[in-house]
Amino acid sequence: MMKKKIILIAMAALGAACILIALIGIATPATAESPRERFFEVHAKRFEYAPDTIQVNQGDKVTIRLVSEDVSHGLYVDGYEIKTAAHPGAEGTLTFVADKTGRYTFRCTVTCGEFHPYMVGYLNVEPNSRLWIFALLIVGVALCSAVIVLR
Amino acid sequence: MIETKDKLFGIVDLNARFELTKFKPVRAVLKSRWMPLLPILINLFMFVIILLAAFTGGLSAGNYNFGIMIVWILWWVLLMMMLVPGFSRAWCMVCPFPIFSDWAQRTRLFDVKPGKLGGLGLKWPKKLSNMWVMNIAFLVTTFFSGFMTVLPIATFILLGIIIIGAFVIGLIFEKRTFCLYLCPVSGFQGLYSQFATVEVRRKDWEICKNHNPKTCYVGNEKGYGCPWNRTPFDFQKNTYCGMCLECLKTCPYDNMAINLRPPGVDLLVDTKREPRGLDEAWKAFIMLGIAIVFYLAFQGPWGFFKDMVRGVTLPGYLGYIAFHTVFNLLIIPGVFFVFAYLSKRLSGNTEVPLKSVFTNFAYTLIPMGLGVWMGFSVGILLPNGSYILRVLSDPFAWGWNLFGTAQIPWTPVLTGIMGYIQGAILIVFFAFAVGYGWLLAKQIYADVKQAKRGFIPILTFLTLITLVFLWLFVG
Repeated sequence: MMKKKIILIAMAALGAACILIALIGIATPATAESPRERFFEVHAKRFEYAPDTIQVNQGDKVTIRLVSEDVSHGLYVDGYEIKTAAHPGAEGTLTFVADKTGRYTFRCTVTCGEFHPYMVGYLNVEPNSRLWIFALLIVGVALCSAVIVLR
Repeated sequence: MIETKDKLFGIVDLNARFELTKFKPVRAVLKSRWMPLLPILINLFMFVIILLAAFTGGLSAGNYNFGIMIVWILWWVLLMMMLVPGFSRAWCMVCPFPIFSDWAQRTRLFDVKPGKLGGLGLKWPKKLSNMWVMNIAFLVTTFFSGFMTVLPIATFILLGIIIIGAFVIGLIFEKRTFCLYLCPVSGFQGLYSQFATVEVRRKDWEICKNHNPKTCYVGNEKGYGCPWNRTPFDFQKNTYCGMCLECLKTCPYDNMAINLRPPGVDLLVDTKREPRGLDEAWKAFIMLGIAIVFYLAFQGPWGFFKDMVRGVTLPGYLGYIAFHTVFNLLIIPGVFFVFAYLSKRLSGNTEVPLKSVFTNFAYTLIPMGLGVWMGFSVGILLPNGSYILRVLSDPFAWGWNLFGTAQIPWTPVLTGIMGYIQGAILIVFFAFAVGYGWLLAKQIYADVKQAKRGFIPILTFLTLITLVFLWLFVG
């Protein structure tokens, strides 16, 4: 009986801690490694980017050179609301400071064929606190639910 | 209505109801024969434009096509985010596709013709009177998702097959057999409508018990007997109620009502007439699996998978179909089976069949799946919604500018905070899944101690699957 109580208290404390850490995470800006200059050459062809995922750290100065391998393509970064376009033989360039953390989708801006609305890539700006905040909330809710049920 | 002492999250009274039809103007409108005929006719007009636009759009890119944008961006998102969770099968109420077979059976659209309906009126086989055919129909339809959601002509063909199918089946089989057991989009609406905040139910059982003949079933001069071949006086679940409103018209005692209710109360219903079943369980698995596959194909960056879905090469396309089928029909149910087995083992109950544990707990995936589809829909609507404004002004891409919005450029909306919106939706529906999971555990197992132990593996599964979707949406 005593052992069960201790386990339940431990689970409740862990669950509450998860939720608390998540809430603190929402309120606290994330910190990252010292910023660097990063360069990426992204090749676009119907309906994919290569590389399809760009990994940077918060504060990095990012330059993306967009190269089209077939028809005209664009690149718009969600959250940063900046874009460029590339046409066969004419590259596009985009420079920005990755000051917002999390995963942002980048999308084609030029209708390049039937799958155009779904031509996307990911920009990961580490640390992805958004993911960890929600993951902690989910685990916290699960642990607290377990305690409420098992008590 | 099934009375229950259980409260959701320990606070929400699941017996609470608010009757919308107690307001006389509301009841009068719903009892009029113009309802739902008028919205059906408006909807029919919309679909004529959709079909014309889809046909004339041919093989062009779908993002500037009225048919593609209205069906796959507006309609799909409305269905998943508003219509089903809010208003149950309200789409079925206004769906224009069965209007032709209704007309053929009744020989009229507006007034009521008493007596036998036209057509062959055959009965649908009892063995197939469940969701299995719809499960397969929907899964097979999604094999073509890489075409029908992006190519106007493919949308035209799909809608054409559904319209012709509804008409032909209506000529051969009785009433709304197509809607009940064959329509690809009926199954998931039926399943998820169990979570809806609206229901059609009788008010007073005593009135129904003493009322013969049961006009809601057989019809009278005011309306037709339930076109969905149900017994409205005995409704306990939304699953097969198409909300056609005929029972409100045919009840001489105004004993049928439309109620607001807490979300998800049908998940606790398991009666002889409306039992929980493996067909609905598999529907829940399929919907969850399709959400994952669609996410990978439409919102993921992986070009090789998009090429497979688009059928760039035949081996790739066959690989996609094989993966899609195995993943949805075997892998997802298989993983869930392991957790259901652990639940039974941990509960210590040797009496309850494993099949029952598996089937009943699968209903926790209804709120889970609905939340997942809402999150997916947000990811489709926010980046692509602006196309809708454009095609509204120029539905046939003929250079029209009907509402002055034809030149609006593509404008993603709130995509920077999309992950937060999707994460918040996931947590809310995860909470509903957990809340109902616990209530289901208490139904499944003989006593609370067994329920407590048996619930833990299901809670673990729900947590893991939510984390998987979280990773997909924001990871």
